[in-house]
Amino acid sequence: MSKFLKRSAQGAGVPHEKRTSSLETVVMPLPSKIVLSMSQHIGAPAAPTVAKGDQVYVGTVVGKAGGFVSSDIHSGVSGIVDGITTITAPNGAVQTAVVIIPDGEQKVDPAIAPPQVTDLKSFQDAVRASGLVGLGGAGFPAAVKLAPKNLDEIDTLIINAAECEPYITSDNRCLIEDTHFILGGVKAVMKYLNIGKCVIGIEGNKPEAIAKMKDAIDVPGIEVKTLACRYPQGAEKVLIENCTGREVPFPGLPSDVGVIVMNVTSVAFVGKYLETGMPLVTKRLTVDGDIVKDPKNVEVIIGTPVQELLEFCGGLTDEPGKVLYGGPMMGNCLADLSQPILKNNNAILAFSRKWAHLPKETNCIHCGRCTNACPLGLSAKEIVQAYHDGNVELLQELNADLCMSCGTCSFVCPAKRPLAPSIAQAKIMMKNGGKK
Amino acid sequence: MANKLIVTAAPHITSADSTQKIMQRVCIALVPTLIASVFIFGINSLILTAITVAACVLFEYGYCKLMGREVPVGDFSAVVTGMLLAFNLPATLPWWMAIVGAFIAIVIVKQLFGGLGYNFANPAIVGRIALAVGFAGRMADYPKPENGIDALASATPLAVVDQLGSSDYLTLLLGNHGGVLGETCAITLLLGGIYLIVTKVISPMIPVTYLATVAVLSLCFGLDPIVQLLSGGLMLGAFFMATDYVTSPTTDKGKLIFGICLGVITMLIRHFGTMNEGVSFAILLMNLVVPYIDVLTRQDRLGIAKAKKGGAAK
Repeated sequence: MSKFLKRSAQGAGVPHEKRTSSLETVVMPLPSKIVLSMSQHIGAPAAPTVAKGDQVYVGTVVGKAGGFVSSDIHSGVSGIVDGITTITAPNGAVQTAVVIIPDGEQKVDPAIAPPQVTDLKSFQDAVRASGLVGLGGAGFPAAVKLAPKNLDEIDTLIINAAECEPYITSDNRCLIEDTHFILGGVKAVMKYLNIGKCVIGIEGNKPEAIAKMKDAIDVPGIEVKTLACRYPQGAEKVLIENCTGREVPFPGLPSDVGVIVMNVTSVAFVGKYLETGMPLVTKRLTVDGDIVKDPKNVEVIIGTPVQELLEFCGGLTDEPGKVLYGGPMMGNCLADLSQPILKNNNAILAFSRKWAHLPKETNCIHCGRCTNACPLGLSAKEIVQAYHDGNVELLQELNADLCMSCGTCSFVCPAKRPLAPSIAQAKIMMKNGGKK
Repeated sequence: MANKLIVTAAPHITSADSTQKIMQRVCIALVPTLIASVFIFGINSLILTAITVAACVLFEYGYCKLMGREVPVGDFSAVVTGMLLAFNLPATLPWWMAIVGAFIAIVIVKQLFGGLGYNFANPAIVGRIALAVGFAGRMADYPKPENGIDALASATPLAVVDQLGSSDYLTLLLGNHGGVLGETCAITLLLGGIYLIVTKVISPMIPVTYLATVAVLSLCFGLDPIVQLLSGGLMLGAFFMATDYVTSPTTDKGKLIFGICLGVITMLIRHFGTMNEGVSFAILLMNLVVPYIDVLTRQDRLGIAKAKKGGAAK
């Protein structure tokens, strides 16, 4: 009741559409080329370490981290570097990319070996060398996340396996197929960071995954928490509140409340890397959408062009209207199908023009659904009004910059107003001190 | 093909709900009461409702055409206003007066302020009040039930509230007594209200706090709370008029305050005022302070330290 009056934070009852959830992951054969963007993470871009004509192997470093908050990029194929080029990312940024033509032999780089991990330092170094970034979508370099300044205050590791976006089931498949690696990764993080407790948060619509995970846990301190199926359950701050009751201060980080959150695929990768030493060169993702002939969960080499991935899934049954990196709530639109798969992709969704059609926007009827649905307690309609009025002071008072662009407000709006994109604009206006 | 992909900002899906569907549900919720009204007051109820609905829709269409504004085709909001206005009129009211009411509701209260979402008060409430003030005699001329089973021997039960006892509860519940056409049958209004709550069109916060406050104050004033709850425009007002999105607060906190204030004002008017009926004025008065309530009852944002600025809202 007290929380009820504080903020209703109802979230949204998004349609699940998880029809690929029981489809076992299939491995996609070698693509004709891979395009490795040097900016597959938050932070400084990596710098190419190869040149046209160089021979590379599976696991060879082709891009060196460009700073502390950055990440190495590795080749997922053996072959010849075709050149260093630029690509335009969905957000319009022009990025450097290394193009590699596979030779089909898939020879593994001789330097690849399981890392020697004995303490925190060597663990952090191993994660850094693995090229791991937050695989839930944000792409934050994992080595940075695993080196919080207040390590002795961290008491809980939360594994984010909510997977609240519609369509996407790759985390579900990870829970079912990589249970062993998840547990290995969790144990390693708990051991080397000296964290006593781990909560694995899974939305209730994944009963098989929940059962499998619960069954596999063989040490104390790790628990599986079944979460309500409300979008955005997997949003970091929402997940932390629902798993521990703690509110991450703003501005602040989960570590401020003693928590580290890792995506389930990330932690599974940590477990696998410690056993094999193979850096992050492949990714499991869901390929779905109303015009995808054979929706699948696919293990794909990072850098594979989206076009080839879609062809592997039987091609498209109709002319594409929208193709998304990620889910329909927060995913980005691809401008063209030659774009490569990135480390932090967890789905490629292709939709028809008809599906992509959004209903017409009408007058705000002040129903308050945006406000009551916002997981963070923001009032979208007031923020958007303040934005249109150019009232930066009011935007500050309304904490518009707290918005994480989860899209819940836009989704629930019966007048179909594009609230979330407007708030994103409002945040830019706040940064620019009032200029739209 | 490659260049033809649609690129828009997320999210890429929206809920199946729309303004139109919400308004349609309100209409559906009002239908049982309309049927009850036909049983109580005769076919006049239906005719008058049809007239106000048609008038509201035509005024909206005509005004938008005249102003070169986009006609809000089929959003059903004018239908809701028309039905609610009719529900606030005695079934025997001359048709032309009802049309005047529709004009006030749609053109003056709604469209002159910018159309849907911009009206400062509930259009149907203002329509009712304007007619009640302008045509006091006809508006207070509550017809007795046509079926003549039991008229409680009075225009409205609120006028003879002291003489009513528990034996009259059933009459009040079924609405077989004098009053405006859509407010007498408490049971169908309750049914419609529950339908709106179940279909998530309205939150139960306003009706529950409003009715609870009226009940508690009735006890304080030594009145029979059940008679107070079941008579006058309370049920209609609590479930259908006070919950109008545009003119009610957004947050649960705001709705709580709104509901309590409505109850207090209603009971003050009923108990101390010269008028029998307090619901319309209570809602109108509270409509006017909604913008202030909204500003003062914002939700606590996750992770934002409280009272950082110390009452910045003032």
